[in-house]
Amino acid sequence: MTDALSTDGISTIENWIEPGCRVLDLGCGDGSLLIRLQQQLGVIGYGLEIDPDSIQRCLASGVNVIEQDLNQGLVNFASQSFDTLVMTHTLQALRYPHLVLDEMLRIGNQCIVTFPNFGNWRTRGYLSLRGRMPVTKQLAYQWYDTPNIHFFTCADFEALCAQRHIKILDRRFIAKGFPDRMLKSLWSNLFTETAVYHLSR
Amino acid sequence: MPSTTVRHHRDSGKTGGSVGQVTAREVVIEQPLELACGRVLPTHKLVYETYGSLNADHSNAILICHALSGNHHAAGFYKGDKKPGWWDHYIGPGKPIDTRRFYVVCVSNIGSCVGSTGPTAINPETGSVWGAEFPPLRARDWVESQKMLMDYLQIDCWAAVIGGSLGGMQAMRWSLEHPDKLQHAVVIASSMKLTAQNIAFNEIARRAIKSDADFCDGNYLAAGKVPRGGLALARMIGHITYLSDELMGQKFGRDLRSGDLIQGKAEPIEFQIESYLNYQGDKFSDSFDANSYILITKMLDYFDLAREYNYDPVAAFAHAQCKFLVISFSSDWRFAPQRSREITDALIAAGRSVSYMQIDSDMGHDAFLLPNQRYEDGLYSYLQRVADQLGVEQ
Repeated sequence: MTDALSTDGISTIENWIEPGCRVLDLGCGDGSLLIRLQQQLGVIGYGLEIDPDSIQRCLASGVNVIEQDLNQGLVNFASQSFDTLVMTHTLQALRYPHLVLDEMLRIGNQCIVTFPNFGNWRTRGYLSLRGRMPVTKQLAYQWYDTPNIHFFTCADFEALCAQRHIKILDRRFIAKGFPDRMLKSLWSNLFTETAVYHLSR
Repeated sequence: MPSTTVRHHRDSGKTGGSVGQVTAREVVIEQPLELACGRVLPTHKLVYETYGSLNADHSNAILICHALSGNHHAAGFYKGDKKPGWWDHYIGPGKPIDTRRFYVVCVSNIGSCVGSTGPTAINPETGSVWGAEFPPLRARDWVESQKMLMDYLQIDCWAAVIGGSLGGMQAMRWSLEHPDKLQHAVVIASSMKLTAQNIAFNEIARRAIKSDADFCDGNYLAAGKVPRGGLALARMIGHITYLSDELMGQKFGRDLRSGDLIQGKAEPIEFQIESYLNYQGDKFSDSFDANSYILITKMLDYFDLAREYNYDPVAAFAHAQCKFLVISFSSDWRFAPQRSREITDALIAAGRSVSYMQIDSDMGHDAFLLPNQRYEDGLYSYLQRVADQLGVEQ
């Protein structure tokens, strides 16, 4: 699902990953992020995915892809068996995001998580003015067929991290639209489109 | 998440073509083969087939490893035959194991009964048939024998070693015994070791054979007899474990082949499944050797990939150098998907390159031999990339 991630997001992730380390990408999609991390940083990367079409694309491009449903748990991975776990635009589609976050921080020394910020003013405006569930570029599904079953904001996410004693090492707020990109550092929860968080225990 | 129904179909004819008419070849390996049991075969004969052509730098060869009842005739047709080799759906031009790009080798392994040295062959030391005297074998013995064929064919490194079930065990063993002699291992519907239930089914099969009065303690060939009934029964038991409950239900249900269950009728009743199993058992007992069956089921039972590595599969796979593709099937209860997950998890922990697919199928263990679009597409894409990386022309 890296197509939802901008160049800014990808370079942010690259900056937070050590060259040559072991990376596990949860919900790796077509594997394009892993390919990039392998090419740029020489990481040893594996991706978990359940969509047959995405798995097929990974096989065709030589990405290590493992068919596994994140909702069924990650108990098969030993504690601290990876340096970094990455999850791009998948957290909002999981049954129990908070439990998966715990598991990620058990398996990996560090985690990088990206998600669409539901607190963005466009989404807020869509719901409050139109009275309809937002259908935006980032969240381009109708309410009845969306894979995104949890809607949360940057503020919600940080509250969860505080509550579960998850350390936020770094954060990066991404916005492309105008005036979002000018204002995101002032009112991050209102103008961020995509949030990228670097986490540890 | 809703799964998409989009599939990447193969561009060149979805089902691919046939390798056409094939003939088996034979070679006598003159080099002594020291077996895991300590005994030595001074020479041994191997029957094999090849499909496609070896490229100039001999880098495009794929070894196909057969399972319990398999043989060298994996693809194509013998002159006059209507039925192709046992893995014809997966080997051929444009098929997952694409003979336009790869040189495919399949050999009947020693201990089996279709031409290569085994219990039905003559023991040169005694001048009579080996029978029950044939030495016990391990999967590694098959690998070492295949390695001798590899040298004979002047192949320095396999592009891939591929096998389902016991064939997958050989592919894994190759990766540990000769790590620099293969680029990829494709391990399908396999396991690092058998479960107690697997061994139990094998023992019932062996007991069925040994209980046949014509078995003569394994010396039936010398006595001019064949334990047909016992071997058929062994196969019938095995066959049940290769299918899934769902598939049997769909295919046969409670349908009757003859008779009637209505009260007041006294004709004998035969269910379709009875008829089918009996047919499969009888057909098998006409073509397979009872001693081979016992020998190879024991080989399966004894297999434990990590035995020499302190029973630690991660330590075992740390010795491998090749890349892996692991495939399982949802309804396979002989070698369940969990067994393939254990292989995959050990490979990940050992830092090896690995991809894993769990294919939805109601075909049970036999699924690895049968048509399945997703399985075909995945294997095709993986191997096309292998060919691309080797610089093999289309």
